[in-house]
Amino acid sequence: MRRIITATVQNKSGVLNRVTGLLQRRQFNIESISVGPTEVEGISKMTLVVEVEDKQKLEQLTKQLNKQIDILKVSDITDKAIVSRELALIKVVSSGQLRSEIKDIIEPFRASVIDVSKDSLAVQVTGKPEKVEALIELLRPYGIKELARTGVTAFLRGNKPQVAELPSYSLL
Amino acid sequence: MKVEAKPAFTSIEESKTGADLLIEALLQEGVETIFGYPGGAVLPIYDAIYRAKDRIKHVLFRHEQGSIHAAEGYARITGKPGVVLATSGPGATNLITGIADAMIDSLPLVVFTGQVARSVIGTDAFQEADVIGITTPITKHNYQVQHVQDLPRIIKEAFHIASTGRPGPVVIDIPKDISAENVYEEAFETDFDLPGYHPNTKPNPLQINKLVDSLTKAKKPVILAGAGVLHGKASEELIQFVERYQIPVTTTLLGLGSFPGDHKLSLGMAGMHGTYTANMALYECDLLVNFGARFDDRLTGNLKHFAPNAKVAHVDIDPAEIGKNVTTHIPIVADVKEAIRELLHHEFDMNLHYQWSNQLEENKKHFPLWYNDSNEEISPQWLISQIHRASNGEAIVTTDVGQHQMWAAQYYSFSKPNHWVTSGGLGTMGFGFPAAIGAQLAAPESQVIAIVGDGGFQMTLQELSILQERNLPVKIIIVNNGALGMVRQWQEKFYEHRYSESLFPIQPDFVKLADSYDIKGMKISTQEELQQVLPKVLAFPGPVVMDCRVVQTENVYPMIAPGKGLHEMIGVKP
Repeated sequence: MRRIITATVQNKSGVLNRVTGLLQRRQFNIESISVGPTEVEGISKMTLVVEVEDKQKLEQLTKQLNKQIDILKVSDITDKAIVSRELALIKVVSSGQLRSEIKDIIEPFRASVIDVSKDSLAVQVTGKPEKVEALIELLRPYGIKELARTGVTAFLRGNKPQVAELPSYSLL
Repeated sequence: MKVEAKPAFTSIEESKTGADLLIEALLQEGVETIFGYPGGAVLPIYDAIYRAKDRIKHVLFRHEQGSIHAAEGYARITGKPGVVLATSGPGATNLITGIADAMIDSLPLVVFTGQVARSVIGTDAFQEADVIGITTPITKHNYQVQHVQDLPRIIKEAFHIASTGRPGPVVIDIPKDISAENVYEEAFETDFDLPGYHPNTKPNPLQINKLVDSLTKAKKPVILAGAGVLHGKASEELIQFVERYQIPVTTTLLGLGSFPGDHKLSLGMAGMHGTYTANMALYECDLLVNFGARFDDRLTGNLKHFAPNAKVAHVDIDPAEIGKNVTTHIPIVADVKEAIRELLHHEFDMNLHYQWSNQLEENKKHFPLWYNDSNEEISPQWLISQIHRASNGEAIVTTDVGQHQMWAAQYYSFSKPNHWVTSGGLGTMGFGFPAAIGAQLAAPESQVIAIVGDGGFQMTLQELSILQERNLPVKIIIVNNGALGMVRQWQEKFYEHRYSESLFPIQPDFVKLADSYDIKGMKISTQEELQQVLPKVLAFPGPVVMDCRVVQTENVYPMIAPGKGLHEMIGVKP
């Protein structure tokens, strides 16, 4: 099962290495990881997307992370009411006549063109991983020259409804 | 032989360095002994040791591995962190086995490694190794000191982390320019705040109630006592608790001594080479109460057949151990001592389970440990029994890993805590002898016996120098079967007697070897000789190396073959 785990960590040298090393030696597969500073100085937040076999393995993962001295808090927020976003940069092959066609495709995704060259177009898209995935698939037939994704970052919503957010059918 | 080193200069400058801060911090922590080995990157620290030699003792080992195993032995006996010091690069990498060993067996260590100067870190400088990178997976925590003013605080943190919660090794990597740096301040801030580290020691009352409830309902209860009972100094409480409710107790390999082996309620050690009674009790019980054991695979055998009908309660100070291997119904994250005290506060009735205790008594009677005895030759199990007898079961015993370790565990019935020093989780050959040095330094008045294999002893025997140097009366008993016994046993059982590289074609003359270190050595080949010599050896005021030639073909039984369940023991009866 795919889980979104957040870890609040002390921003000390080697802390990212501690986390990835721990997951690697305990045979957890990291799908994506994103790290950045938080509102508190000296504290960073990591968002990990991991693939785990079962609940027991998941429990191990959070417990082992919690044991790290530099990790302050670990939460599995997969089933909580959260906002999660990812950013992707996609360089698509595009000659002059295809440009407007591609622009039409990306428009409903609220993606934007951030660079244009003679034979390519760079698109920036932000959203849930599913939405990013959908856009990539739509652009694939045009030929993707280069793709870079940040990985998911997420946190809990301000208002926490009792029931987890239903999967959204909107692309937005 | 004593070599007196003459200092080149008689006057020492009066300025304080980072290294002096280090020594002061160690003295603050009450450290008496440093286990170490010098080298380029720690020269400033050794200079500070020279200056402080009246206040702190440094024991010079002959290999860094020896120093760290000795520190482990010291930590195991005293419960205090063992302090190790080695230089950068090869000095630090020679410590790796010991650090990993201390990690898996939860022994508190504070390990100082030298590092190249900050200006050349990352340039593949002479004797540079990425100690932080290498030790991150095998330490409870590690530090590389970046500013000299942080050093006192980091050392204080390190001792705190190493010795609280689940104990473990902490590494502090110190660049040479930091230990050499002059400091002019009187003192630095040592208050620390570790917001990510709060080991929980108090048991949750709800879970304790659940356990009490399960105990009152249990018909076939059994207690598993692990090393957590020793770390938590909870043996007395454990004895009081089980005597009040008459619950049978089995221990893990590392938990030996946490409950007296000769107690009427003791079932002996459980696990791969545990007793029939202990393993069957774990297999058949309806309530398993684990105090401070981590359900290691050598204990559980095939998890499918481990305590299949039992409700499992697990008391552990490390939450990550609960539910890791065995599904746990009553999780109690706590210090074992506090948990048992809490249980003792509850007065409750247990149905006295006569049927269960009768069944266990019957098992004990019909399936005791057994071995082939001969009249002439020394069988290794008999040897251990003799050592037990001659030392009144009161010695501190250390071992390596393998057959001799299992026989020592089976036949040296430990009646008191902290008398057993062995490498359990990592299974480190060469551990026993240096660990005995550390144990003897920790308990100078105690009888310390290193029961070692002929293979393991040859991995760290260079430390023989220290016995004379420090006047340590360690008795080394080599259980010499001319083979890597456990490897040979597995090759016999599982590889159709193909003894690939497990028999030693050539052995050193251990008597001459001892002699060359000015230590009394002897070779013993018959039972008669042994009975004559052993009491004298143990009473001898100095160190002795006893090369005991034992039957090579003996196997350790009973045995749970890999992948098998607790109830599938082989070699239960002759």
